[in-house]
Amino acid sequence: MKIINKFNMNFYARSANEGFARSCISAFASQLDPTIEELNDIKTAVSEAVTNCIVHAYKEKLGKIYIISEIAEGGVLKIKIRDTGCGIENIEQALTPLFTTLGGERAGLGFAVMQSFMDSVKVSSKLGKGTTVTMTKKILPRITVNG
Amino acid sequence: MSVEITIKGEVVTAYLTGELDHHNAAGIREKIDGAIDSNMPSLLVLDFGGVSFMDSSGIGLIMGRYRCLQKHGAKMHITGASPQIEKVMKLAGMNRLASIN
Repeated sequence: MKIINKFNMNFYARSANEGFARSCISAFASQLDPTIEELNDIKTAVSEAVTNCIVHAYKEKLGKIYIISEIAEGGVLKIKIRDTGCGIENIEQALTPLFTTLGGERAGLGFAVMQSFMDSVKVSSKLGKGTTVTMTKKILPRITVNG
Repeated sequence: MSVEITIKGEVVTAYLTGELDHHNAAGIREKIDGAIDSNMPSLLVLDFGGVSFMDSSGIGLIMGRYRCLQKHGAKMHITGASPQIEKVMKLAGMNRLASIN
């Protein structure tokens, strides 16, 4: 698939940047003229992935979060969110809705939200090396009615 | 993100405004818990009318308050949720815990 546009960014894994990250992706995805619902889906999925990096991957450590996003021909938005944190021991378990290693106020729904709101979610991880979450969503062209 | 709390009899209402994510949830939680602890309401109303965005951190906030209310036999009502927030709530099955409109 031919890539039409691409951007990459990295920032400190500080919780204040959760809103910053979803605003950036939202602005980039707007080029595809998504509906408000599609844009909200993308923002919510990005917010979950970035929060996971801060809360789970780095915990008390201040690491960096790397995001690469591409727009491909056919209106496909790809978002890759990577950290160099602790990694996930058991990906299958991490993807299970309501599973959380932290308890307390964490709902354990991060990956469930990503999977539900995006077309595809791929997770790769190495213990001690970090985790990469790659998500895609196809933005369908809108039918315009003249007159 | 901010929260304004009103107390009318046994009803505590929390009017939430802004974007509810992991960054903002802790401060909001403290204020709502403070109002619950000092007023022991029979009903907590969470008004999402001013919330422009919420991710699953908001679900954690709701579930935590629900557990807290359950200990006192109190109930929860959720109102004013936008379609985006409602979608997250439905995914989490919040409609089984609290009345939503």
